[in-house]
Formats: sequence, structure tokens, C-alpha cells
Amino acid sequence: MSWIVDNLDLIGELALVHLRLAVPPIVLAFVLSVPIGWVAWRYEWSRGVLLSVIGLIYAIPSLPLFVALPAILGTSRRSELNVIIALTLYGIALMVRSVADGFGGVDRDIRQAATGVGYSGWGRFWQVDLPLAGPVLLAGLRVVAVSTVSLVTVGAVIGVQSLGSLFTDGFQRGIQAEIWAGIIATMLLAFAIDGLLVVAGRLAMPWTRAGAAASATRTDEREEATA
Amino acid sequence: MNLFADAFAWLLDPVNWEGPDGIGVLLLQHLLITFGVVAIACGVGIPLGMLVGHTGRGREVVVALSGGLRALPSLGVLTLVALWLGIGVAGPAVALVVLAVPSVLAGTYSAIESVDRRTVDAARGMGMTERQIILGVETPIGLPTLIGGVRSAVLQVVATATLAAYVGAGGLGGILFLGLKTGDYTLMLAASILVIALALVLDGLFAILQRIVVPAGVRASRSGTTRGRPTRRPATTGGPAPAGSSATEGKHH
Repeated sequence: MSWIVDNLDLIGELALVHLRLAVPPIVLAFVLSVPIGWVAWRYEWSRGVLLSVIGLIYAIPSLPLFVALPAILGTSRRSELNVIIALTLYGIALMVRSVADGFGGVDRDIRQAATGVGYSGWGRFWQVDLPLAGPVLLAGLRVVAVSTVSLVTVGAVIGVQSLGSLFTDGFQRGIQAEIWAGIIATMLLAFAIDGLLVVAGRLAMPWTRAGAAASATRTDEREEATA
Repeated sequence: MNLFADAFAWLLDPVNWEGPDGIGVLLLQHLLITFGVVAIACGVGIPLGMLVGHTGRGREVVVALSGGLRALPSLGVLTLVALWLGIGVAGPAVALVVLAVPSVLAGTYSAIESVDRRTVDAARGMGMTERQIILGVETPIGLPTLIGGVRSAVLQVVATATLAAYVGAGGLGGILFLGLKTGDYTLMLAASILVIALALVLDGLFAILQRIVVPAGVRASRSGTTRGRPTRRPATTGGPAPAGSSATEGKHH
């Protein structure tokens, strides 16, 4: 415990660096996955191909990917950019499926009604499809966020600083408390970002809270209808 | 691309495959660690998952466990256990089992739970015992999902076993860390290519396995129009994705 108290400054510093590495991949993965997932949903023929190719990325172990990316991209070997790009790829691998599922879950009748009252394709996407797919998108994004924060630590092995540096340093110097500090700080950071996403989701989609119970039964009915 | 040419040249040189520190031995070691760990994780996770999935008891714990695991950094667990148990294979093996069990558990639990309750009620009505229902009805129907859980555990362990070389566990990660220590990028890249190829091959094999094990009756009803719906709502977090898709488990390596 005393190690943690004595080194709060270091932990705080590394937590900030950790955030700098974790937040861009989360945001990028979300922004890039929405159009890809939309294409996978909209064009039936592309769905199988897109989802399986993108799913393959997820099978690639992180440390080897961190090592191999500089050779592919020509970036410097210890550059934070490699970690950010690799984590963005993993984020996309997880997120695209959620996006496709989210759009796929939007009730066909609602979409037809929206077209009927005069929405153009573009307007319907922003005002009907996207908000209704929102809860599924949020669920996917939360998984991406938490696993991204956890994966950043692997970068420490190849010399990219983060809270993971507490693991490598603690192991080399034989300080258990330091490793504990790294585990706890990483998990706290992950849960904090997850919590922020939940709050942001409530603010952006106020209807989900009020209609949680109602929408659950609606989902069941929809499943019955499409069965 | 010259870097890749060097790495492949190193990989294809037969000299590097021989001897006690050669690729051949390390690859075998990597596979033994992976399958040993996953076998233990299955021994713990599958019976427990069956129990939770069948009775519905302890469901919240499993969901929370598999959700919380996403945030748990595997490098941290690995270094912590290694420091505690010392250099060697025992420490990393314990850490890897700890990381693999929730995947298997969540896969098994959601496999059993996803079976239509009406099917289970029908089996019960025909006079099957609970044990017969679990093994003869729920397990075969849920098998693709169950294997999906094992699949994500295998991927996670294959990847994390690379990291385990950091604490002296052997395996293909050994080549990677040797390259890291000596500043030899060719070695690091060659090892990375090997691990990536191994992971992709294993993932592919499990994808095929997931398709093969779908019971004929289930396959027939899926292509038809009468798709069943579980009367118990499925868990929203935790379980791996349905058959044929890469698991949605957290990545921890």
C-alpha cells in the first residue's frame, strides 16, 4: 500500500498517458464502424464477407500486431501511433457487428412509416435509423472502450509507456504493490470510461431510460414477427 | 517490405527450426501450453457453466465476471502471478487458466441458456431426468455456442501465451522477446508472423468445428420458417456471439 501512496504522482501521470492512447482508438473505431456496419447491413451480399474478414482481425494477438505494424506502416517501432492503429483495428472488429446488428434491429414498419411521412434516405438515417439503433451501438461501444483500455497495457512490453509500465517495472524490480496498482488503476480507468459512456448514452437517448421495460416487450414482439 | 523478406527468410531457414531452442520445439511448447491451459479451463468452466445455464442460478455472477474480465489486463495478472510463484511455467499457467475460465464459463452458460425453454419442458414432459436434459438436449443444441466459448478461450490463451514468455514460460514469445532484448527486429517480426499465423489457423479450425457440430435437426429448423425463441431472455453481456462468428469476449493480451 505504501508504494501506491508514495507513487501517486507516477500513477496519475501514466494514467494520463494511458488515456491519450486509449481514447483515440475508441473514438476512431466508433466513427469508422458506423459506415462499414451500415454497408454490411444495407447490402446483404457484403454482410458475410465484411463481417468475417473484419472478424479475422480480432483473432490476431495484440503483441505480435504491435510488433508487425511498424513493418507494414513504416512507422517508428516504439511509436504510440502503432498502438493506436492496432487498437483501432480491434475496436472496428468488435464494433462493426454491433452496428450491423443495431441497424438490423430497427423495425421495418417504422422505417417504412418514416419513408411514408416523407423522410429522404439521408434524413431517415440520421433521425430514424441511427437513434433507434443507438442502444445496440452503445452496448458495442462499451465493450470496445473497456477492452481497449485493458489492451493499451500490452504496449508497455515493447516500450510504449502506459499504466502497463507498472507491470513491467514492478515485475523487474519485484514490487508486487506496483503491479497491483497497475491492475487496479487500469480497471478503474476502464470502468470510469464505461460509466461516462452510459451517462452520455442517457443524455443522447433519453427515451431508453423511460421506455426500457416497454421496449423489451416490443423487441420480443418484433422477434416473433420476423420469425 | 524488405523487413518481411528478412523475416520470412529467417522463418524458412531450416536451421532455425532445429535444436532445443528451435522454432519446432517452441511451437510445440506454445501449443502444449495453450491446449493444456484450455483443457483445465474447460474442466472447470464447462460443468459450472452447465449448472448455471440449466438452473439459472448464479447467472448474475457469471455475467458480471465475464464483463469485469474485459477490464482486467492480462499482462498485469501474468506479472503478478509470476512474481508470486516464481519464474517458470507454473505461474503463467495459473494466470492463463484464470484468464481462460470466464470465456469457457460464459460460452457454456449462454449455450445452455439459449436453448428454447419449450424444448426443455418437452424433454421434461417425456420423462427425461435433469441430467439427461443437460447432456442429451441442451448440450447438443447449444454446442456451437459452447465451442464458441472454447474458441475465444483458445485465442486468448494463444495470444497471452506469447506474453507469458516475458515471465519465462517459453513458447513462441521467447523468440519475440529475444529479438526485443537484442534489438533484432527480424527476429521480432518473424515470431510475430508465426504467432499471428498460428492464431488464425486455430481460429479457422474452431470456426469449422462450430459449423460441423450443429445437430441435423437444428440445422433443418434454422433454414425453415419456425425459428424458436427462448422464453428466458438471453444475457445481454458476457456470452460469445452465436455460431460462425468471432466471439465478442473481451481481448486480454
